[in-house]
Amino acid sequence: MTIVDPVKENVVVDPNVVNLTINDKSVAARKGELIIAVADRTNDFIPRFCYHPRMTSVGMCRQCLVEVETPRGPMMVVSCMTPVAEGQIVRTATDSVKKAQEGVLELLLANHPLDCPVCDKGGECPLQDQAFSHGPGESRFVEEKRHYEKPIAISDIVYLDRERCILCDRCTRFADEVAGDALITFTSRGNDTQVLTFPDEPFSSYFSGNTVQICPVGALTAKPYRFKARPWDLEQIESTCTSCAVGCRTVVQSSRDELVRYQGVDIDPVNWGWLCDRGRYNFESVNSADRLTTPLIKNGPELVATSWSVALENSARIIRLALAQNANSVAILGGARGTNEDAFAWAMLADKLGINQRDAQFGDGLNPEIFNLAQATIDETCAASTIILLAPDLKEELPVLYLRLRDAAQKRKSRIIEFSAHDSGLTPYVWRNIGFEPGLQAQVVRESLSTPEFQEQCSRGQVVVVVGRGNLAENEVFTLQALAEVFAAVPTTKVLPVLRRGNVRGAIAAGLTPQKNAGDAIDILNAAAAGKIDCLILLGADPMSDVADAGLVQRAFTQVKNLISIDTMINKSNRSADVVLPAAAYGEKNGTTTNLEGRVSNVVQKINPRGTSRPDWMIATELSMVLGVDIGVSSLEDLNQKLVTLVPGFAPIADTKSTHGDGVLMARETPVTISSSSTKAADRNAYNYRLVVSRTMYDLAQSTISSPSLVGIITDSAIYVNPLDLARIGVVEGGSVRVGADGTNIVISIKADNRVHRGTAWLPFNHTGVDVRPLLNISGDVVDVRIEPIK
Amino acid sequence: MSKTFVHAPGFVAGDRPKIVSSRFEYADSHTLERFLATDGYKGLRAALTRPANEIHDDVKSATVLGRGGAGFPAGTKWGLTPQQVWPRYLVVNGDESEPGTYKDRLLMERDPHQLIEGCLIACYAAGLSQCFLYIRGEMAIAQERVALALNEAYEAGYVGKNILGSKFSVDIILHWGAGAYVVGEETALIESLEGNRGMPRLKPPFFPAANGLYGQPTIVNNVETLANLPWLLTHGVAAYSAIGTKTSPGTRMVAVSGHVKRPGVYEIINGTTTFRELIYGEEFCGGIRGGNALKAFVPGGGSAPWFTPDQLDLPFEASQIGPAGSMLGSGAVMVMDETTDIPAAALSLTHFYAHESCGKCTPCREGGTWLERILRRVVDGEGTDADLQQLLEVGAMICPGSFPHASNEKLGLTAVPFPYKMTTICFVGPSAFAPVHSALTLFRSEFEARVKKRVTIPVTAVAAGASVGSPVGASR
Repeated sequence: MTIVDPVKENVVVDPNVVNLTINDKSVAARKGELIIAVADRTNDFIPRFCYHPRMTSVGMCRQCLVEVETPRGPMMVVSCMTPVAEGQIVRTATDSVKKAQEGVLELLLANHPLDCPVCDKGGECPLQDQAFSHGPGESRFVEEKRHYEKPIAISDIVYLDRERCILCDRCTRFADEVAGDALITFTSRGNDTQVLTFPDEPFSSYFSGNTVQICPVGALTAKPYRFKARPWDLEQIESTCTSCAVGCRTVVQSSRDELVRYQGVDIDPVNWGWLCDRGRYNFESVNSADRLTTPLIKNGPELVATSWSVALENSARIIRLALAQNANSVAILGGARGTNEDAFAWAMLADKLGINQRDAQFGDGLNPEIFNLAQATIDETCAASTIILLAPDLKEELPVLYLRLRDAAQKRKSRIIEFSAHDSGLTPYVWRNIGFEPGLQAQVVRESLSTPEFQEQCSRGQVVVVVGRGNLAENEVFTLQALAEVFAAVPTTKVLPVLRRGNVRGAIAAGLTPQKNAGDAIDILNAAAAGKIDCLILLGADPMSDVADAGLVQRAFTQVKNLISIDTMINKSNRSADVVLPAAAYGEKNGTTTNLEGRVSNVVQKINPRGTSRPDWMIATELSMVLGVDIGVSSLEDLNQKLVTLVPGFAPIADTKSTHGDGVLMARETPVTISSSSTKAADRNAYNYRLVVSRTMYDLAQSTISSPSLVGIITDSAIYVNPLDLARIGVVEGGSVRVGADGTNIVISIKADNRVHRGTAWLPFNHTGVDVRPLLNISGDVVDVRIEPIK
Repeated sequence: MSKTFVHAPGFVAGDRPKIVSSRFEYADSHTLERFLATDGYKGLRAALTRPANEIHDDVKSATVLGRGGAGFPAGTKWGLTPQQVWPRYLVVNGDESEPGTYKDRLLMERDPHQLIEGCLIACYAAGLSQCFLYIRGEMAIAQERVALALNEAYEAGYVGKNILGSKFSVDIILHWGAGAYVVGEETALIESLEGNRGMPRLKPPFFPAANGLYGQPTIVNNVETLANLPWLLTHGVAAYSAIGTKTSPGTRMVAVSGHVKRPGVYEIINGTTTFRELIYGEEFCGGIRGGNALKAFVPGGGSAPWFTPDQLDLPFEASQIGPAGSMLGSGAVMVMDETTDIPAAALSLTHFYAHESCGKCTPCREGGTWLERILRRVVDGEGTDADLQQLLEVGAMICPGSFPHASNEKLGLTAVPFPYKMTTICFVGPSAFAPVHSALTLFRSEFEARVKKRVTIPVTAVAAGASVGSPVGASR
């Protein structure tokens, strides 16, 4: 490409551009680009199976053969591995190319069972499509085909049909290269080559669903979708996943007004086409038979179905009565599950009613002030030369962000410095992993960053700190202190906040966060426990399951006078509610959502809400009318308009199209700085173990337990210690121990785990079996427990 | 009169110039003691007294050709590594597994020190910091003897730190293969050495000289190539070039198998010795067994297109063999006399390559087996005329365009020169087709005699039967 310099009027040649011709059309390409990618731009489609733009090319299927002119005449090359070159002449459709491509297709089909009529991929199958567009039309293969046992389960979710497999190396490459879980690989060789797991080791990757999506044939299928629909019966819209705060772009597909499948959409700034299995398969909970279809009100000890008008009247009466006491006797918890519009409608209603006690977090996040620091996007983080982790295990909590950071460390040579109390999924890929004992976070960060080695590293370029709540049994103050230490060492640091709940950032920005110095969720629960809350409104919140301090919630729920719940299902918290209003779920409503980096993108309705359930914003509007404090909203458009004008951060979505596709970043305010405080945790008694409590991907989250395909994956509660500590305690792996703190104790099985540091114990939060929450008193700084073998 | 050795099966001695097989006639040729008594490590001592670039120039000007199959000059190959990139490796390809080839096995079994000395000279000359010796998994005696020799050499200070008191240090690491033919291909060998599946890498971008073992510059040399270096350094370029021709200097180890009186490995003069001399010469194979007539021979290992008696007078010279429609390859001649069942011989070779496909490229994985299955049907007498055509068409999916073959006066064929086009990364796929193509082109009548003649059912008889009132097939 030649560029004319407008000032000097001379011709400047961009050194990174090469000019070539594809089928006699001139085209400019970037140096190093592959022929197949450039041909896609010029609409000269080259058939392919193994090539995937997000993975290393292997040249395995040989389908993308094209001719390149050489001094010795045209040469056949695979376009997925041949980079462009200056003056290159490429032909993709000559007779010999066509013949070669037809030959490869015939060979691929030779052993393919052609069971298309009963294959889930039939109708959207690259092998079918390209056999039609680039195939020979008929097969000359009359031998007996390869036979294998028809689908074998290679994990709880994924089935493998080796007869259909064309050995393109996509799934195996994904597992190894992208996910880092090389649990499937080729075995045998030649004509017997097959994809398999290792013996007795299932393909239990958190990202296994992606292999199903990128499989170019029907060899990999997933339990939730098997035989559910035919592709031509599917309706689909593009939306954004709200299972966690990464905000992966998805396609939501339905058939007969029921969600049947999500597929990842490749957008550059976020998910690159990948999804985690939890986000991909928890649509089953939307279809669950346990969904609420009508409002419920308390009638004696039971909840009974009622009409919306009765339910709203009851709700209004409860709120009015409570407000008659004083405005502080009403509180709102939750809101992170819904859209920005949902949150904003409730915030407006709360404003009208003077309710200041609201919080979308449950004491398990961080102070929203981290949003006011200099912010980094996911892309900026991955491009940074140094990435500092003060975060939970991203592979467990924000899985696709883990993929992005792993890629940055593996391929882009970003260096990750991880500070953690427990080795995470990213630990194998970090440059330095610095362990700390809970409570000593800030001190360890300060000392490490003052060493010449770290100072030199941090001076190499941009530093981004990924900050979130890594340990529910450690006061958030310590994380904020550690963050302040990073800023003290490197003032130009930017922050990528990683609060995990779907739309927590949007809900906070829209106003579901403590107002006018009101207390946060824990203060609200404390006030409730003290009998000071007359009406607690739960916006898709389940504090009984979600708040770490079980004792506190128990006391609060016993004392609170009235409970109003807006939810999709009955859970531990709203079982005793006075009114339960059925809410529309994901896929049943329109709006926008905000991801952890502040990217606003649209969520779109695909199916009708179950029964009479309706979006949270609509419930807020109707309630406001019953309460006589109209918030002046009669449609989603009104609400959107108000959101854009009243909340400066949301100004960029004034053009609603901006939330499509890549979405748009919230307006950034001038960053503030963070100051250091000096809280210090008490020293640990050497006989005790300091607790690390964190979440895993498959826990008792409502959407997981109501998804039949996922519920079986949740593991039982156990306490994990370092193998050396296991010997010190004097128990064997799997044995039972008594874990005690502050006079409470639980009996739980114990396991050895190399990722746990000595002197600490790891408790995964919210698993089946033993409830570990009685141990967790989150008002303390840290939790130390005593572990004793049961004789 | 030549004599054969029980302890070195396959080697046949003779009064010819010997560069690499000079010690083969000693029963203890594999020991350090014998090696040192017969000029051993003299080449290395000579090399270490001179600057490395001079040694490299010697190898270049002597035009030591690679003996693995492609015949690329070793000195030129060494010059392809990028400067100032460290570490850089020498990988010795001792994964000799081409059907018919067993010369490297003898070189490792009978003279392991010569190979070690060659490795050291190559590392010194090309500036390589470490050497990996990859020996085929099935070669138990070779593995044992090379390992013993390496221990002796380490102990005596020929390998390791500060070799012979110089500043030059090299470690040699032994590695046994796990039994895959394709690992003889250099990029697959590198994958295998790294601990991965033995699957070839595509060149570009993975030219080993620039991007090889562990992503570092890597020279991959054949065992025989390196075994030439001690003699070259001891006797000088002029003495080396005096043997053979200008384009193919020195000698060459050729393994002969099949229907000859004395099969074995012969060190022949490169470039001048002809196939007729090799097969019929008294000092070599001594003619066909039982005085039978020669039917065909494979000039360069199982993957080479076949020759017939028409090509007997061609010399071992790559520039003449290529245009004649085949290749010298790995130095293996397989001789078939008039009693040979040609379709069965082709099947035997095709079965080998289909079985050894690594499974990476579709045309080889699917096409190789397909060829084998059709061919087996034909050999079993169950094939049809259409199957013979189908064999060629499946082959065309692996190797589009015309495939090389020899000329044949009787059949009126003119030669199609080497090489061929291919849709696969490496040569395993085309190798499965080569024997099929040669056999079908040169001996089609033998296939035609094998295929089932279609029995034509007399239509009238059926019609007559039907007219009597049989309702067979009347309605569906």
